[in-house]
Formats: sequence, C-alpha cells, structure tokens
Amino acid sequence: MIYIILFFEFFKIGLFSVGGGLATLPFLKELIDKYGWITQEELLNMIAISESTPGPIGINTATYVGYSVGGILGGIIAVAGIVAPALIIIIIIAHYFDRFYERPLVKGAFMGVRPAVTGLIASVAFGLGRSELFNPGFTGLAFLNLKAILLFLIMLYLIYRYKKHPIIYIITAAIIGIIFKF
Amino acid sequence: MRDKVVKLAKIFSIFFRIGLFTFGGGFAMIPLIRRELVDKQGWIDEERFIDAILVTQTVPGAVAINLSIFFGYRLLGLAGAVVAAFAVALPSFLIILGFASFFNNFAGHSLVDNIFKGIRPAIVGLILYGGFQLSKSIKWTGSLVLITVLALLATSVLNISPVIIILLVLLITLIDHLLRGRRIIPDKGIQVVKEGQDAENIA
Repeated sequence: MIYIILFFEFFKIGLFSVGGGLATLPFLKELIDKYGWITQEELLNMIAISESTPGPIGINTATYVGYSVGGILGGIIAVAGIVAPALIIIIIIAHYFDRFYERPLVKGAFMGVRPAVTGLIASVAFGLGRSELFNPGFTGLAFLNLKAILLFLIMLYLIYRYKKHPIIYIITAAIIGIIFKF
Repeated sequence: MRDKVVKLAKIFSIFFRIGLFTFGGGFAMIPLIRRELVDKQGWIDEERFIDAILVTQTVPGAVAINLSIFFGYRLLGLAGAVVAAFAVALPSFLIILGFASFFNNFAGHSLVDNIFKGIRPAIVGLILYGGFQLSKSIKWTGSLVLITVLALLATSVLNISPVIIILLVLLITLIDHLLRGRRIIPDKGIQVVKEGQDAENIA
C-alpha cells in the first residue's frame, strides 16, 4: 500500500529533522534516492518554490511528493505523516513539562545534534551540486557544466555578500536562465 | 460548546493567516504570532511565549508547525492543536498543489526549463549558505567539528542514512550526559536563535 509507505516515510522525516527547515533535506534526498518518487531536479525546483512561497520546506515537499505519488489523497497523507511526530511530541511537552528547554539533557541533545545537522546539510549541497554543476559520464572539460558552475559561484558570492531574502536570488537566477538559455 | 466552536474558528483563521503570510520560514512568523496571540487576543503571556519559541526550536519538525501546535494546544487542548496545525499547513498545501499541476502541464516547455535550470545552481548556493548560517550558531570545539565531519562523510561517502546519524548523535549525547566527568558537548556550546536573528534562510 503506497499510502502506508508515504505516511511512514514522512513520519520518519518529521521525527528526525531537528534544527530548522533545511534539516529536512538530508532525509528528503535519501527518500528520493531510495524510491525515485521524484527526481533530484524536481527536489531542487521544490526548494526554489518553497523559498519563494509561504510555508516550511517539509510541508511543501511532502505535498509535492505525496501528490506526485498518490494524487491529492497522497498529498494529504504525506503532510499528515510529517506533522504527526511534532503533534505527538509537542502535546506531550506542553502537557507534562514546564520550562522544558532548561532541562540539561534536552539542552545537551540540542547542542549535539546541530553540528551533525550542519554536516548533513553540507552533504546534501555536495550531492545535489554534483549533478547540477557537473556532467557525469563525460571526461575532461566536458565534465564541467561551466555555465552552471559560473552561475553557482556568482550566486554564492552574492548570497554571502548581501544576505537578502532567498527570493531575490531565485528571481535573478531565473532571469539569467532565460537570457542565457540554460 | 458554542464558545469552543467560536474559539476554534478563531484559532483556524489566525493560523491560516499566519501560514499564508509567512515568507522566509518559521522565524519570520514569530512577530506575527506575537501580535495575534499576545498583543491582540491576550491569550498567551510574554514569558510563556518565549518558552514556546525555545521549545519549538529544540524538538524535531518545522518551527512554524511546531509553534502552531504548541499554541493551539495551550489554547484549546488537542482540538486546538490539530486545528492550528491544519490551518497553518493549509495555505502551503494549496499553493503547492497549484504548482504541481502547473509542472504537469508545462514540464518540457523550453522557457520553464531554462528558468529552473538557472535557478537550481542558485539553490545549491542557498543550501550551502544555510549550512554555513547554522554553523555560525555553534561555538565550535574539536569534538563538535569531528561530529560535523563524520556526519558529512558518513552520508556522502558511506551512504549511511541520516536517521542513523541523528540517532547515534543522540546516543552520544545521552552517554555524555550520564558520564558527567568528561564532557564531549560543552554546556554553553550553542546559542539558541532568538527572535529577529537569522530569520532568513531557515524556512
């Protein structure tokens, strides 16, 4: 049953993605590598759309993957799956614990996980970058997707230098994509 | 009973609006939630509000959803939590359904193709920068750097599932907590992102 798998996989993502929106990416990438429900390109497109529209990346991607796999019902089930762990965990905390954050074990867990999440996010960037910036199967200069590499470096510099809202860079890159026929 | 329905409807409308107008991720919605729940409705006091922000960053899941569940529950129990989560997720759900049908109709169209081929290298840059932003909230020590590098190598070279890595780190944390003597993870190693900081890029 595809719906049960969808629910279970997104439940897992909801349960393990600690530390903000990008923390869902390592799990989403693993998911699409495993099932091939959407392509890497579609994942990157979804991140672009998520950064340009309201709502968390996790919810947006769950909707898109769920819909691609099992229509509107699939979308609903994937979103329910990704939200369910937070619903359970937060209700338990809100009900039983006051000043939850100040518990040393909780604080320690939070501190330990963040560096790991940083490493995982870097790994996603390398993994997706490999297929976007290089042409696997080619050797020599043909291996490099020079247009994409140049755009990537320019964008990385601008993002770092100006720290504007992501939508600015996405629109700029879209215009460059049209003008230079990517 | 009637009071409860009215309050649920109000929770729905507040969180639907929050879901609709929150660009730039969970942290961007904090001022909006504060205005609605603390200033306008007076449902939550300031101290509880700050406590909620800290809790929702610590547990798994998107900050936006977590905040809605937390406040929904505090306001009206389980029904409040479910309605708030549903309401805050609904706008993105509908928008993405729209995009999905758009893609189905326009996939392979050369203009759309050019646009997204241009966007994707920029997104790789944004992800990389997001990781960099996260790393700035950490006060690095040797063992934390080691955790980061191992996590990076384990996923990208050894193809180990991120689930395993997170579980292992939680286990290390637990052991570290039990053996208080030699601390792997320092007490004040990581600051919690408070309102206003790094509101961007943490969608």
